[in-house]
This record gives sequence, structure tokens and C-alpha cells, in this order.
Amino acid sequence: MLRQQVTVATAETGPDKGLRRRWRIGEKFIEGWIFLAGLLAIIVLLGIIALLLKEGLPVFLHTPPWEFFFGTRWYPVSDPSTFGIMPFFVSTLWVTLVATAIAVPVGVACAAYLAEVAPDKVRETIKPIIELLAGIPSVVMGFIGLMLLSPLVQSAFNLNTGLCGLSAGIMLSLMSLPIIVSVSEDALRAVPDQFRQASYALGATRWETIIHVSIPAALSGITAALMLGVGRAIGETMTVLMVAGGALAVPLSPTEPMMPMTAAIASGIGNAVRGGLQYQALFAIGLVLFVLTLAVNIIADRVLERQKRKFAR
Amino acid sequence: MFSNLVKKWFILPVSVLVVAIALAGCPGTDGGGDGLSGSFSIIGSNTVTPLSSVWAEEFMLMNPGVSIAVSGPGSGAGIAALINGTADICQASRMIKQKEIEEAQANGVEPYEIQVATDALSVVVHPSNPVLELSIVQLSAIYTNRITNWREVGGNDAPIVVISRDTNSGTHVFFKEHVVQMAGLPSEDTSLEYGSKVLFLPSTKEGVDEVAKNPNAIFYPGLGYVTGAVKPLAIKATADTPGVLPSVETALDGSYPIARPLLFSTNGEPAGAIKAFIDYCLSTEGQAKVTEVGYVPLP
Repeated sequence: MLRQQVTVATAETGPDKGLRRRWRIGEKFIEGWIFLAGLLAIIVLLGIIALLLKEGLPVFLHTPPWEFFFGTRWYPVSDPSTFGIMPFFVSTLWVTLVATAIAVPVGVACAAYLAEVAPDKVRETIKPIIELLAGIPSVVMGFIGLMLLSPLVQSAFNLNTGLCGLSAGIMLSLMSLPIIVSVSEDALRAVPDQFRQASYALGATRWETIIHVSIPAALSGITAALMLGVGRAIGETMTVLMVAGGALAVPLSPTEPMMPMTAAIASGIGNAVRGGLQYQALFAIGLVLFVLTLAVNIIADRVLERQKRKFAR
Repeated sequence: MFSNLVKKWFILPVSVLVVAIALAGCPGTDGGGDGLSGSFSIIGSNTVTPLSSVWAEEFMLMNPGVSIAVSGPGSGAGIAALINGTADICQASRMIKQKEIEEAQANGVEPYEIQVATDALSVVVHPSNPVLELSIVQLSAIYTNRITNWREVGGNDAPIVVISRDTNSGTHVFFKEHVVQMAGLPSEDTSLEYGSKVLFLPSTKEGVDEVAKNPNAIFYPGLGYVTGAVKPLAIKATADTPGVLPSVETALDGSYPIARPLLFSTNGEPAGAIKAFIDYCLSTEGQAKVTEVGYVPLP
């Protein structure tokens, strides 16, 4: 379709056949190049999956899957070594839960303010600043958590140590906030203005309009934003490694020190001998993590797709 | 034509090489500029890394023809690299195990260990903590979570926040063998492991920082990391022996119970640039750097 148009255009402007042919060759070359670039992303993804499977699966010859997933003892450098990832898995859930519980209300409220209430000038100033927050390196966030947040959390909740899942979750919420705000705001602004005008015409206040009309209309987009934020929180490594405390017990509350899956991989890989048991076990954790984030991303994608179809009229 | 090519492609690199060699001999090296060249890698313990880096920098200043790459993924990884032939020198904060020596020999590698310094592994608490000394048995009970309150070892009625390094660290392994499992004591028990409530932190610095902030915390940094913000405890080998504080003197005379050797290992006896480097480390000048970095020089 597009190419036909282009051909017609060249035929009209330039009767020179050589030029047209060169044009076509250039077109073909660029087309092929873009195709290869697209293919590369898929090849890399498949390569990562293959690598994770190849390096990670052999651990199940040593530790049966149920022992690996539900075991609570992780002693990789002992003899005999045991690999149970239950503490890491539960830690990841706690940290993500805390991060989501904080980031979602704040993020959605912030997005609603920017999209519905704030004057254009304010929005155009604040949104880039919030998006800038996403650019802060995670090691810096970890440092802030270590130095500023963990003493605060320790005294506020009267804990033995401020290095715990709660501190890590709060830092992660700050890190996923920009994604949530940015994507939800886009979703809210995609809601057609007639919806709001209809609501006002029926005598609804601005608050009622936001709560009962705009947010429900943009709900699938907001859900996608939340999923992306959650995915960020699950995969984040450096901050949780520094702040979460790193204890091996299955945490019963977020105020206990804990070691999420990403931190477990990071703190063990330097010592793992290539192809050894610990190496395989860490790759198997990577596999679990990959499946988890992939699932979250696929859900987000589906939801976002639904949002698009809803307003494609 | 041919000779032209030769001139162009041969003379230029050679002249560059000559200039480079001339320059290499130039800087005011007193005695070191005897044409040593080559490059080698030092891989292993992150406890030894600060020391090796200082040595490598000084040695490269004296011998511009030599380049040394230092990295510190952990003693275990360093020993594995020596066995696999990817490290020229392995730096370790623990001895090579018999099992590892056998693996090396099966691979045609003959590990040759040289002690280059000593470390007094210190146990530190918050300065406000009234506890002054602990025995190895008490430390083992604390790190296996069998003692969880400072009251049980003569301190305040407060929970103990137990901090350790993660499994990357040679110190993690050394402390597990010599303190948690009490190697060499009558009560030795190799089935003991770190308790599940122990905090595993990614760096020694972070552990020291946490102890400086937390009145109930305990941690084990190398002597080089002990600052005024934390208080080292006197360590008793058994309940009857007197407590000994970690210091250069007590590590040297052998009275401090958890001193440990810092080692370099090579494949067979070192030769050439590697031998010159190790000789420098063991020299008076090299050993002076050990004190600067905060470890204990060889007697």
C-alpha cells in the first residue's frame, strides 16, 4: 500500500528510470535492515530463554523441583549443599506488595491530578520531573534507603534493624512511581472529553467525575500502568540487595530482614563456579524470576491492548 | 614496490616499539627498570583486594612494562580460576582445601601457596554495648540463633541483630569454619550453619555502617575496617582463657584466636614477572603497605 504510493510519487516527479531503480534498492536495503533489527530482539530473547533453561534446569537432577520451590533452607556453600528458594520467593512477594500498596494510590492520585485538575503549565512542568525520577540509578536509591530511610523505619516501627522488607518496599515504590504516573496519566487523557462534559451536564462535581467517570473509563490503562510498575519492583536488584537485610528465614511480616530472589542471585553469583551446582541453582532462580516478570508483562500488554480497542472508534 | 611495503608496514611499528621501550626505561625507577615485562591477573578474595591493588599499582609504577589486573569476586572463585587456568595468581583469605588441591592436580595445576600478610578478624558491636568479651562458643551460639538476647551473654535485655557477609565472601567461609563450627575446639561441630535470622550483607563497609548505627548489632569485619564508630570485642578461645583484643601485636604473637593468613597461590613456583611481584610484596617496602591498608604484616 505504502510502497505503491511511493512508486506513484516517484513516477510523477522523476521519469528517470535509473533513479527509480536506485530508490527501490535503497528501499529494499532499509527494509531488510529494519527486519534484521526486529529479528535480533527476538533472537536475543530466545537466546536468553535457552540459556536460562540450559544452565538452570540441571539443578533439578540434584534437588527435586518440590524441594527447590518449597524448601526453606538455602546453604549453597555447605557440604552437602541444599537449595530451597521459598524464603526468596516469599521475600519478593512481600517487597512487591509493600511497593505496590504505596505506589498505586499515590501514583494514580498523582496521575488524576495531572490529567484532570492541573493547569497545562503545571502539568508540563511536573510530568517531566516525575519521569526524571525513573532515571536515578538504583544504586543511588539503595544508598538513600541505607542512609536516610532505614534509620527512620527502625525508629518509627520500633524494629531491631531498619534493614528490612518494608524499607526496600518503600524505596521500590519510589522507583515504580514514575512509570505508574506516566502511563496512567496518558490513559486518563485518552478518555474522550465528552465523557466528562456529560458528567458535568448531569450535575456531577469534579471529584465525582474523576472517581466515577474518568478513572473507570481509563481503568484498563491504569491497570497496565500498575502491572508495569509491579514488574519493575519484582526485577529491581541493587536497591533490595542493599536495603532488604538479607536474612534467610521465610519472612512472616514485611518488617523482617529478607532476601528477595534478585538479591539472592546477585549475592551468590560471584562465588559460583561456572557449571557448578550453585551456579545452576542461581540460574534456576533467574528462570523463576523471568517467568514471573514475563507473566506480569504479558498481562499488562493484554490490558493495554483492550484499552486501545475501547477508544479506537 | 615490495620493499616500499616492507618499509611502510615494518619500520613504523618497530620505531613505535623502540620509542615505547625507551620511554618505559625512562621514568626515575631506582633499581626496578631492569626490563621486566608481561601481564598477569590476580583473582580472588575481596578481603585481599585492597592490599593487592595497592601492591599492583606500586609495582606497575616501578615496572612500566608490567601490567597487572586485580579482581575480587571471592576466594572460592579465585581458587576455581586458578584450577581452570584463568588466574595467574589466586588471592585467598583462607587455605586451599584438600578437595580443591586434588581437583587442581587432576587439571595439571600444582597450587603453590605463599602467605603475604595476616588478618585479625575482628568482632565489633556498637560503642554503647556493655558487653566487652565473648568466647568462640558464645559467638557460635549467636550466629546460629541459639542465643538471641544480649542478656544471655551479660549485656542489656535487647535482641541481638546478627550481621554476616554473603556467600561471595571468603570471610563468610572462614568465619563459618572457625567460629560457627568452632574448628579446632573440643566442641567442633561441622554440621552447624549460620542461623536463618542472620542478615547477609553485600559488603563489609555496609555491615560496619549498620553496627555504627544500631546499638544491638554484631558483625565481623577485617581489622582494616575497624573504625572509631564501632567497638571491637575481646575474643576468648575457650571459656577459661582470657579475652584478647584484635591488634597487629596479638595477631603476630598468635594469641588472638581468629587471625587468619592472607595468601597468594600460583601454579607451581612463580617465575619471571610474577616472582618479581611476589618478592616485592614480601619485601620491607611491600610489607609497609600491609600496615597502611590495615592488615598485619608478616613477622
